[in-house]
Parts: sequence; C-alpha cells; structure tokens
Amino acid sequence: MKERNKEIRHAFAQAFPHTIPVLTGFLVLGVTYGILMQTKGYGVIWAVLMSAVAFCGSMQFVAITLLATGFYPLQAFLLSILVNARHIFYGISMLDKYKGLGKIRAFLIYVLCDETFSITYSTTPKPGVNKKYFYFAISLLDYIYWITGTFLGSIAGNYITFNTKGMDFALTALFVVLFLEQWKVKENRIPAIIGLAGTTISLIIFGAGNLVIPAMILILVVLLGGRKQLWY
Amino acid sequence: MVLSPLETIIMILAIALGTMFTRFLPFLLFPEHKEPPKAIVYLGKVLPASMMGLLVIYCLKDVSVTKVPYGVPEVLAILCITLLHKWKENVLLSILGGTVLYMVLVQVVFV
Repeated sequence: MKERNKEIRHAFAQAFPHTIPVLTGFLVLGVTYGILMQTKGYGVIWAVLMSAVAFCGSMQFVAITLLATGFYPLQAFLLSILVNARHIFYGISMLDKYKGLGKIRAFLIYVLCDETFSITYSTTPKPGVNKKYFYFAISLLDYIYWITGTFLGSIAGNYITFNTKGMDFALTALFVVLFLEQWKVKENRIPAIIGLAGTTISLIIFGAGNLVIPAMILILVVLLGGRKQLWY
Repeated sequence: MVLSPLETIIMILAIALGTMFTRFLPFLLFPEHKEPPKAIVYLGKVLPASMMGLLVIYCLKDVSVTKVPYGVPEVLAILCITLLHKWKENVLLSILGGTVLYMVLVQVVFV
C-alpha cells in the first residue's frame, strides 16, 4: 500500500509540469464558462455539474445557448455527438497506449479531451514512472483544472480584475508545440500537413461554425487513400 | 434559468451521453484483447499528427484576416513559439514565451 502511494505521488510529480499550459488555459476558459452560465441564470451548482459530468469544453459553450432556449434533450444529445466527433479519432489513436491499464482505463476514456489526448499521446513517462498512474495523473489534473475554473468563475467571476485577455492562447500554444513535436518524426510530416491543409480547406468552405466534421472526413479519406505511400 | 432543475439535469445527462459516445466508441468497437483491423492500427499511427494540425487550425478558426489586426498577433506568437522551440526544445518555455508575447500584443500593442 505504502509502495503504491509512493508510486502514485511520483507519477503526479512527473506529470504536473506537462499540464501547466492546460492549468493556465482551463482556468481562464473555465472561469469564462462559469461567468457565462451565471449570466443565463445557471448558478455554481449547475455550471460545476455540467463541467464535472459532461466535461466537454467547446460543447459546454454551445450548450449555454441550448440551456437558454428550451428543453430539447434529443437535439442536445445529437449536437453533442457532432461537436465532439473528433474524440473518435483520439480513441483510435489511444487504443494501443491505453491497453492493459485495468480499472483506471474507463476514467481515462471518460475524460479524454483535446488537451489530455495531446499530452498523453505526446509524452512517454520516464523510466521508473508507472505508465498507468502517469496517464491517470495527467487526466485527473486536467479534469480538476476545468472544474476548478468553472467553480471560480461561477462564484467570483466578477471580482477578477487582472487582465486575462489572451491568456487562453496557452492552449493554442500547447497544440502548436505538440504539432512541432510530431513534426520532429519524419513519418509524421505528411499526416501533419494533411491535418493542417484539410482543416484549412474545410474552414474556408464551411466556415468556423461547421468545420470539424468535413475536416475529419477529408483527413480520413486522404489518409486512407494514401495508405500505401504514407506508412512503410 | 429557463429550465427546471429536473430538465437541466436531463439536458446535462444528454450532453454527457453524446460526448461519452464519441469517447468510448473506438474502445468498444476495438476491445483491448482483440487485435484491431490493420486499417485502424494504421490510422492510430497517422491520425495524431493530423489531429494536432486540426487542433491548431481549430484554435485559430475565429481569427479574421480581413479585419484589424489581421491575425498579426497570432502569426507573431506562433512564429515566436516555433523559433523558441527550435532553439531550446523546451515545451513549457515555448508555450510560456508565445502566450506572454500574445498577451502583450493583444493588450498593449493592438488595442
């Protein structure tokens, strides 16, 4: 038992630095979310409940409009699948890394958001660090940051006087850096360009509101079509 | 608050269910004790790099290149991140440098 606690502590200590950009970004965005929910009349309990149970960043912002419109659960369910469809690709990418992790695995999948996926996929724990606890630490920390941000925004959003404008760019910066990390491996370069180009084309054609699904389809078609040329 | 507490709870569950469908689907379709099809294994290797590209563009989707400041803060910050990262290869330093530069640009320079 003691040995296990030590292992978990060690994993958290190793994982924490990787999550600092998410800490910054999630606190700022979580606070924003809490404030917006408040303006629609949904207080701290509702905002925190949504963050803790649904935990789906951008969809939660979309859902603010839904909650302010009326009771359409089926529409909410379907929209949530569409907005979150990119998670399917994260799952496919993590099938191998999340193999054989036991009971913790269900939690890791439950909270597999953009940021947690990018970090867990890009980082390998140092030798001596338990892989299972390392992934658990990253996932749990990111989850806690989001809920904490929501909570703070709901109860004290109006008291924040420090100018946080632009601070959420930490998440963009995180993705840019993890993109550069992927770029280091030669085999990843063509898929990386396909991702950039496919999404840009989709943005131009379908606009900012509807770009993800067309982009995913485009990327999938090109990747599968170029299978023979791209890998081995 | 437009909805009743019970309605709100049902809405939260509906949204959670939709989200979890997308998160659990691959793991349910390809359980860990079975070898997934070759095409899926291949996708698992190439998709992450593509998805990092998607996420970068996704984060920039609301930047306007036709309105002031024409996406200049974003371009400069990404340039700074790239150079810092090539130079020091320190993930946190690159993110910190880019974010601080971006904050200065949007708060002080391009107001």
